Amino acid sequence: MDGIHDLGGVQGFGRIQHIANSLSYKPVFHEDWEHLGYSLLFLGAAELGLFNVDELRHAIERLEPRQYLASSYYDRIVVGTASLFVEKGAITQRRLEELAGGAYPLALPLGPGRAANPPQAPFNVGDPVKVRDEFVCGHTRMPAYVRGKHGIVVHRTTHEWPFPDTVGHGLPCACEPTYHVQFTTQELWGDAADAGTVVVDLFGGYLLKA
Amino acid sequence: MSNESIKAVASASDRAFALSKALQEQALIPEGYVEKFTEIMENDFDPANGARVVARAWVDPAYRELLLRDGTAACDQFGYTGAQGEYIVALQNTPTLQNVIVCTLCSCTAWPVLGLPPDWYKSFEYRSRVVRESRTVLREMGLDLPNEVEIRVWDTSAETRYMVLPLRPSGTEGWTEAQLASIVTKDVLIGIARPEVPTTGTPPQ
Repeated sequence: MDGIHDLGGVQGFGRIQHIANSLSYKPVFHEDWEHLGYSLLFLGAAELGLFNVDELRHAIERLEPRQYLASSYYDRIVVGTASLFVEKGAITQRRLEELAGGAYPLALPLGPGRAANPPQAPFNVGDPVKVRDEFVCGHTRMPAYVRGKHGIVVHRTTHEWPFPDTVGHGLPCACEPTYHVQFTTQELWGDAADAGTVVVDLFGGYLLKA
Repeated sequence: MSNESIKAVASASDRAFALSKALQEQALIPEGYVEKFTEIMENDFDPANGARVVARAWVDPAYRELLLRDGTAACDQFGYTGAQGEYIVALQNTPTLQNVIVCTLCSCTAWPVLGLPPDWYKSFEYRSRVVRESRTVLREMGLDLPNEVEIRVWDTSAETRYMVLPLRPSGTEGWTEAQLASIVTKDVLIGIARPEVPTTGTPPQ
């Protein structure tokens, strides 16, 4: 979906609040509730098998955009995870609100996913490819900034995963490799970018032979 | 408008604990699960792991070759596997190439070797800008690279998890693996910094 989460290349953000090597790695969590985000996510995804990590990503993408932008990272994980537990019927939003003592806004409703569309023949390293010029309403892991753009395959993974646009909607599908596709920033943004290259990890269903 | 819709939103902290409580009420949280997973996140996932992998690759050519060919197997030799580390690819810097890692769509990171993503890596500023303004962003963060060094940004948009294999700096000849690992920080492993030899020239203890 063309959501607020799809931030690559979006302009208007300022300086990153960090100077290299200025921080200690610890403490890992800064507030006493932050560990609950990943812990309860993995409880639902790995321990209970109620949902998968792509569904969690999509639940976060389904947050109302102003809520997305105003929430901290771990808050988004908590809300995405809570949304899935409610959608799967494990708990209710009403009970969450009672326990939290206030409103508990969750992700907006899930729409339909789409079927996987792997290439008939796998791409090879060195192949020129074009990212499909298509618009997807549900979950996808094709960042908008590569839509319709030309690049070169620099790696095909030896491991395989289910297609995010399908599995992110809780639907079963077969596993397939992904492709590391290299683009020039000139191809992506013309002269309105620093010179350089960007490599994006893309499923074959997002690609066409160029 | 009903009373429901004008209720103030509970704080992030209250909502997080409410989720935990609601799941406990349904007996969905095995005893000790959250504590155990938190312990793994705080202690087992550590950039010192990635630093040990880099130091080994700097002193052992066969290990370096394995790391570049099959990063997952190389990290597995140290036991650095698990969630968010099932397919690891090491990106080799050269005198004319600096690799940098981001996840523009969320904040995916190779947890077992890099540790959990730091706040700045998760920021909207980094996620939006580093793919498009890599040289400017790195300069702002303190790494001013000459124009002949290409900056290649790797967007963690699927399930590959990356780590940067930096160049071993001169002045580190004869250092032990532990001494070498001590100059490989989390920022070096993400690619926004290069390993720095202390100005005294002596290896860290």
